[in-house]
Amino acid sequence: MKKKMTSVAFNGTAEQLAKLDELIAKHKGEKGALMPVLQGAQGIYGYLPIEVQKHIALSMDVPLSEVYGVATFYSQFILNPKGEYAVSVCLGTACYVKGAGLLMDKLESLLGIKNGEISNDRKFSLDATRCIGACGLAPVLTVNEEVYGRLTPDMIKGILDKYN
Amino acid sequence: MMENMVNVKINNKEYSVPANSTILEAARYAGIDIPTLCYLKDINEIGACRLCLVEVKGARGLCAACVYPVNEGMEIQTNTPAIRKARKTNLELVLSAHKKKCLTCVRSTSCELQKLCLEYGVDEDHFQGNNNSYPIDFSTASVVRDNEKCILCRRCVAACKNMQGIGVIGANDRGFDTHIASAFELKLGQTSCIGCGQCIVACPVGAIYEKDETQKVLDAIADPTKHVAICAAPSIRATLGECFGYEPGTDVEGKMVAALKALGFDGVYDMNLTADLTIMEEATEFLGRFKEGKNLPLITSCSPGWVKYCEHYFPEFVDNISSCKSPQQMFGAMYKTYYAEKVGLDPKDIVFVSAIPCTAKKFEVKRDFQNAAGVPDVDIAITTRELGRMIQQAGIDFKALADEKFDVPFGIGSGAGAIFGATGGVMEAALRTAAEVIEGKKLEKLEFDDVRGTEGIKRAVYKLGDVTVRVAVVSGTANAKKLLTAIKNGEEQYDFIEVMACPGGCVNGGGQPTQPAVVRNNVDLKALRASVLYTADKNMDLRKSHENSAVKMLYDEYFGEPNSHKAHEILHTKYVKRGL
Repeated sequence: MKKKMTSVAFNGTAEQLAKLDELIAKHKGEKGALMPVLQGAQGIYGYLPIEVQKHIALSMDVPLSEVYGVATFYSQFILNPKGEYAVSVCLGTACYVKGAGLLMDKLESLLGIKNGEISNDRKFSLDATRCIGACGLAPVLTVNEEVYGRLTPDMIKGILDKYN
Repeated sequence: MMENMVNVKINNKEYSVPANSTILEAARYAGIDIPTLCYLKDINEIGACRLCLVEVKGARGLCAACVYPVNEGMEIQTNTPAIRKARKTNLELVLSAHKKKCLTCVRSTSCELQKLCLEYGVDEDHFQGNNNSYPIDFSTASVVRDNEKCILCRRCVAACKNMQGIGVIGANDRGFDTHIASAFELKLGQTSCIGCGQCIVACPVGAIYEKDETQKVLDAIADPTKHVAICAAPSIRATLGECFGYEPGTDVEGKMVAALKALGFDGVYDMNLTADLTIMEEATEFLGRFKEGKNLPLITSCSPGWVKYCEHYFPEFVDNISSCKSPQQMFGAMYKTYYAEKVGLDPKDIVFVSAIPCTAKKFEVKRDFQNAAGVPDVDIAITTRELGRMIQQAGIDFKALADEKFDVPFGIGSGAGAIFGATGGVMEAALRTAAEVIEGKKLEKLEFDDVRGTEGIKRAVYKLGDVTVRVAVVSGTANAKKLLTAIKNGEEQYDFIEVMACPGGCVNGGGQPTQPAVVRNNVDLKALRASVLYTADKNMDLRKSHENSAVKMLYDEYFGEPNSHKAHEILHTKYVKRGL
């Protein structure tokens, strides 16, 4: 699936930058250092903002296109920040045949954002995930750590209202 | 010393081949070309396209010959039914996601995919792939990218990153969505691309090509109110023949001039002349800076890809670049000032065209501070490939043309100007003039052998009179990066450096005729094409820029002396610190 960069403004802190620089210094000169650095950076920032990718490229003397290429290749890397409430819809096989796609459609229309995006007030983010291992409850979605199962589209509004 | 050899069997016959060969290289000894789409020697060795599949006795499945090393006793088959079937299927899979606009494709008949499809008799519609749509990227002045034709071989990515040390393109996303683009999906024009065009000449298909400006030239020629002149860069006479089936390394200067005249230009001139003019200005500039010890090392400015590279990646060296315009720009500037005044032409009515081996020159003509007569010095820069197409389109039988000579008064170029097209040529030309100025007597030997050859970085120290000059010659921006980094770190010191953005210099420029991998992997194109220029130089009587009578005329009648106020106004320029 194509990944899209976020339009949310970057608001990294000096502490985060110091941590990132420490991480880069730790891996300096190592072969294949880009992957652990990107993983670490995602741990620090929660996602991989443009500014962070640029900083990594410059500090590690790796072309920016390579950093971005790796970030868009692996599904574990995310280019969008998560909202205060991260909504994840399982699109694994079981959930999908049980109508998870309809849940996604409903969420997109209620939240006014697309899969992979974040609302302007940063309250909600919406993502599709692979199987989360709760097939017995299909179709399933999670909001942060909370799991909701055996859902139909008309139940979505009630779930979102709990967080509004 | 004898190389280590191993014995292998290729298609049941025995061969002794160097131990460090790949199967692909070993097969050459058996006179067999194994097809490749992704492999480019020394540039892209990733074994991805699966076209070079061969059978190795005892190995599991088919092996990729381009990356598979030979060993003693290996038995290889290169042409079995299973191999042919696998290659054919792989070609059909590549085709399934390829925009098959072959009839009008700029690479039709020079496309490596097209050639293989013919050879293997593929069914072009066997598989229907996931044909993503991508907008064509027209955002740079030099390079156009059409990802719907891209076969993801990654030769362009490797040329940009490994060979040029730039890396503004890479593979984004994955699976069927994989596509070659810049970070964050920026258009190429928004990145630090230098427009060198090495991605174009690496591309096996028509996914990357130069911004075609031939129609503009044809329109100008057809306009009776315009005076349309063209000058031909030093290197294109060594390569234009390749567009018409000549072997690489054939000098076609006379036919090229005849073809340009047949196309209807009002003046057909030799850029070797302004190569000489560049030497007069640049050698003088060097001697001045050398005496004052200011802004050293002086770095040449002929290569617009290099200039843009420096502005983006090493802005701290921008003041070291010679303020001389490139020979192309000097020609246009001189033509629209001196010549326009002399013959009573309004510069606005002149369309000045250059025929060049270079896609970065298309950007250069649009730069600021390149308009001596109040209008752009050069209006249109067309590559060797575009010129070849114009000649074909005009129905000119190139091979049948009788040789003709450049027009006067700008048809005289020295041997020093001629070798500008090869790496080390500008340095050698400048040294010939600088040495005679410093020593005040004629050089006994004109060849500066240490700065010749296709090596990426060449270093030499010359004693000219009682001064010692430390020089370096670099081609390929990855090598420039190495050298400039060493200078920055205080590890190396030089007085004068020549840099050409393209490996081997202009003869291997991004605007030159494309050659398929089977040629590029087996022939040193750079050396072969450069030999044309060195042979021309050797056979000339006039081999020093300062002895060129047309150059003397320009100074006597107009510029006064090198680096005069007038010369500075017309023949020199300024640069920008761009950063990344």
